[in-house]
This record gives sequence, C-alpha cells and structure tokens, in this order.
Amino acid sequence: MRLLTHNMLSSNIKGVINGFPLRIEAERVVEKQVDFNPDFLKNMFSKIDWKALADASKIMGYPELPDELPDSSLLDSDEFLHKFHHALLELHLEEGALVCPETGRRFPVNKGIPNMLLHEDEV
Amino acid sequence: MSSRPELQAPPEIFYDDVEARKYTSSSRIVGIQAELSERALELLALPDDGIPRLLLDIGCGSGLSGETISENGHQWIGLDISRSMLDVALERETDGDLILGDMGQGLGLRPGLIDGAISISAVQWLCNADKSCHEPRLRLKAFFGSLYRCLGRGARAVFQLYPENNAQRELILSFAMRAGFAGGVVIDYPHSSKKRKEYLVLTCGPPSLSTATPRAKGEDGSSCSDDESSGDEENQTVCISDRHRPRKKQKLTKKGKTRAWVLKKKEKMRSKGNVVPPDSKYTARKRKAHF
Repeated sequence: MRLLTHNMLSSNIKGVINGFPLRIEAERVVEKQVDFNPDFLKNMFSKIDWKALADASKIMGYPELPDELPDSSLLDSDEFLHKFHHALLELHLEEGALVCPETGRRFPVNKGIPNMLLHEDEV
Repeated sequence: MSSRPELQAPPEIFYDDVEARKYTSSSRIVGIQAELSERALELLALPDDGIPRLLLDIGCGSGLSGETISENGHQWIGLDISRSMLDVALERETDGDLILGDMGQGLGLRPGLIDGAISISAVQWLCNADKSCHEPRLRLKAFFGSLYRCLGRGARAVFQLYPENNAQRELILSFAMRAGFAGGVVIDYPHSSKKRKEYLVLTCGPPSLSTATPRAKGEDGSSCSDDESSGDEENQTVCISDRHRPRKKQKLTKKGKTRAWVLKKKEKMRSKGNVVPPDSKYTARKRKAHF
C-alpha cells in the first residue's frame, strides 16, 4: 500500500467522527520504482493532507519531507517533486497495521493489502 | 442451477482461490473485462489533458479492469471483498493499490478527492443479503452515500452491471439518486441479447448539460424496425384463390432477396454490434452466370 492510499483512507467504524489519519504501524516497508510524472503530483498536491503524509513517511523511514505544508511555488523545484514522488508513490507498506486514531482498532496490512473489513457491530 | 454467481454464494466465498484463478486464466473473461473497462473509462469522460487522475475501482477483483486504467495512464485504488482475487492481483503485479473491503459497509475514504470511479460487474452483489446482518437497502445506501462523499464535484462514476430484473435495476438507480447522484442507465447494443451491456453512469452534483447521459452504442434511432413501410414490398401481390374469402397476404418474390431487404438486414445486424461489411454498389448484386 502506498502512502497515496494511506492519505485517502479513513476509519469507517460507526460512531467515529474523525477517522483520519490512520496511524501506521510499520513492520516491513519496501520501495518500488514508479514512473515520475510531475503533472500527477501537481494535481494531487492540493488534495493531499500534508501533515498526514509527512508523518507517515517519517514512520516509514523517509524523513525528507518538510513538516509544514510547503508553499505551492516549491512545485517548480525538481528536487522537491522527486521527494514528494518518492514518499507518495514509491514507499509501500508491506506488512504492518493501520490503527484508527479514535477507537484504536487495528486494521492489519498483509502483503501490502490493508484489511478494512469491519465486524458486524462496527457497521 | 442458476448461472448467476450472486445466487450461489457470497462474493468472498464464491471467489475462492480456485475460482479466482479460473477467472483470471480464462482469456475469454479477460477479453470481456478489458472491453467493459475500456468502455466504462470512455463513459467516465475524463478531461483529455494528459494529466493522470486518481480513480477508484470498486470490486477490482484480480485487477483486470485496473490494468486498463493503468494503460490509459491513470492511478487507481482498487477495492474488493475477496482476498483470493486480490492475491491473484498481487501475483499479476498490478499498478494500483489494493484494499480488502466491503463496499456495502461504505467506503472509508476522505471526502472530495477521487476523480472518478468505475466498477465492472460488481454493484449487483449489493442487492443480496448474504449474512443475517445484511440489509440490501442499507448497504446500497451506505455504498452510494460514501461514494458520493469521496468523489470530487463533477466527477463521474460508471458501473457496468448485470441486474437480475427490472426491479433490481430500479432499486440500484433509486438509491443512487437518493444519494444525490444525477445520471441514468446507458445500454449498449440493446437489440442484441449477447452483446447487450448496461452501464450506470452517475455524476456527482445536480443535473445539468454536462451531466447528460452519453449515447449508447448500436442504438441509432432509425436503424431497424421502423422503416418497414418503404422498400421491399413492391413486388407483393395479393393472391386470391378463393373468390369469397381473401387469403392472407402472400409474398411472391420470384427475384429472391432484394437490395432493400439485404440493406435492412445488414442494418439490423449492425445494431446488434456484429461486424458487417460496408454497403457499396455491389451490395446484393447478382453474380454473373458463368458456364
């Protein structure tokens, strides 16, 4: 699972008001090469929750991203875009878990697939 | 036994390891899936500016439809309830991210971020109650409600589906409308029983010009059935064998199939989506009588 997906996912348990961001418990992180596409990054930049991405990439062992939401003028800098690209698309959480920030419910991640199935009483 | 998989077992049980592998190794299914997802992507009508979008593939299965999205240069996130199908997708090294989840429990995604959603032959599963806690109406409501939230404004969702009957189609459509979607059903090749495919095309937001449902394939208004009045009835004679009682009209066409008849037949085949050679001046011409 890429951090792009992590940035979209939120906890869907009944009664949870703010299920975002899910806390990452990383056991194994892999990196996979993905084609660099600046257009996509620029498109996604406004949609990404920056703090969640920066925190997540730190946990995944890539502390290169700035903590605060960078100015959009940085999007012209190639170096920044490459870092953004690496964090967003190339870091994969292979084994571990996602934890709901409100209830502490663990969603296990196996072979890169998070199990977001809810139990009957959580729907 | 019905051939509809929905009626046999819940999706996470029906698509077990064996079925998942069978599904993906059948070149016929792979071909159909690619065709369906290609058409769904076309109906999604993403702006043609070369910027990759973030799409959602609901019921992505082994990633056959996702492959088409990747080929078109977009990023995607796939959701499926069958772990076996997702394992096959992993083996096939699909580009998108996979999530094990149940669409009937609602999509746990942040609001307003997804640029479009497609789903190939999946939504009809929602109409089944596979567990005691399942209530199809609630599940449809949860699904369409959460989908509406996570799509960006003006984004489209295209679902290819096989509704069991009219009631099911109306049920699905009514819940989509209740969630706030505008749109309707597009039926490709409505005259053909084999090639007929239904797509639910939904747009986030109130109805407007841009949300008008696109045209279906193989449905050119005048094509067949309506033009019976003209053409091939010119050689018709009424044959009266009994002086008192006119018999039914009998066609006395000694000349065989006329050009008009052939053209009409070809048009009908075209509307069914069959491959038909183009019309030319040679169409329906007699061959030379060789000795």
